[in-house]
Amino acid sequence: MSRFKTKKGKGSPAINTSSLPDIIFMLLFFFMMTTTMREVTVMVKQDMPGATEVQKLQRKSLVSYIYIGTPKDSKLGTTARIQLNDVFANVDDIPSFIVSEREARDEADRTFLTTSLKVDGKTTMGIVSDIKQELRKSGAFKINYSTKKLRDMVDR
Amino acid sequence: MAKRSVPEINAGSTADIAFLLLIFFLVTTTMDVDTGITRKLPPPVEDNDEQADVKDRNVLKILVNSHDMLLVDGKPGNVSTLKDKAKDFMTVHFNNDQYPEVKEIVIEELGDKKIWVSKGIISLKNDRGTSYKMYINVQNELARAFNEMKEEASTEYYGVKYTQLVDDAKVKVINKIVPVRISEAEPEDRGGGL
Repeated sequence: MSRFKTKKGKGSPAINTSSLPDIIFMLLFFFMMTTTMREVTVMVKQDMPGATEVQKLQRKSLVSYIYIGTPKDSKLGTTARIQLNDVFANVDDIPSFIVSEREARDEADRTFLTTSLKVDGKTTMGIVSDIKQELRKSGAFKINYSTKKLRDMVDR
Repeated sequence: MAKRSVPEINAGSTADIAFLLLIFFLVTTTMDVDTGITRKLPPPVEDNDEQADVKDRNVLKILVNSHDMLLVDGKPGNVSTLKDKAKDFMTVHFNNDQYPEVKEIVIEELGDKKIWVSKGIISLKNDRGTSYKMYINVQNELARAFNEMKEEASTEYYGVKYTQLVDDAKVKVINKIVPVRISEAEPEDRGGGL
């Protein structure tokens, strides 16, 4: 039977790759845990101002976002607009937005809902004040002015 | 007849499948941490006449106009000096008309210790034309003033930095000693902004 001897042992032995899937799966799970899904495509410019006294937003699932800034597409105008979810909106749409955001959450968590205002630095306060008034009327009192974190104000 | 063994499933492509999934997640997710200044809005006032009367000396008025210029207590101000001014205003000064009134509070957690705190309020008013960047700068400076005061209180009573306090009860005590009292007035339209 030794007639059928193969030519084994001549070249370098193949590396065992049976653990490769496990390694890749580990990486996959790491990324699944540490990252969050991108939910909306931001259609407004977002150059947020920096601040030093910032806090991390806890529990991202309880945060609803309002984007404000001039549209990235200049055809849509040069004045600051509000973006809720994936559409441009007006200040009057905010109460219904807050209600729908609340409805989407678990009943026990609704009081912890935070509204994150992602506002472009060049925006004037008029539109931001209007939104704040609407949020007050809707009872969404917890807000967060989204900013970049600066280590020192010298970075400004 | 020899027992036929079940052929092994070729698992060579598992790695490729896992890679595909991995790349999908890499593309569709973001890793950015959201940071920002957290504030609490006051509940809406039904009647404008109902606003609480606050003594003039207890209020530090900060106005920001549509040209991003500051007026602190009636005098033109600067962002770089705002923090020290706010901190100085909120510190306890006995028998001084220039500073807000003081009151004594009892902290049960510190063994019924009596602590003097200022009754001062910082009132922030901005124009509709003020830029958001300037507004955040002002908010940041005010937050810095309060954070520094919290830090001082924390080192005085607990001997550790405020950010290193792990006990929630201790954090609450510090927040009682140094309450963040920033009041935001209803916005006004004077500078012809948007």
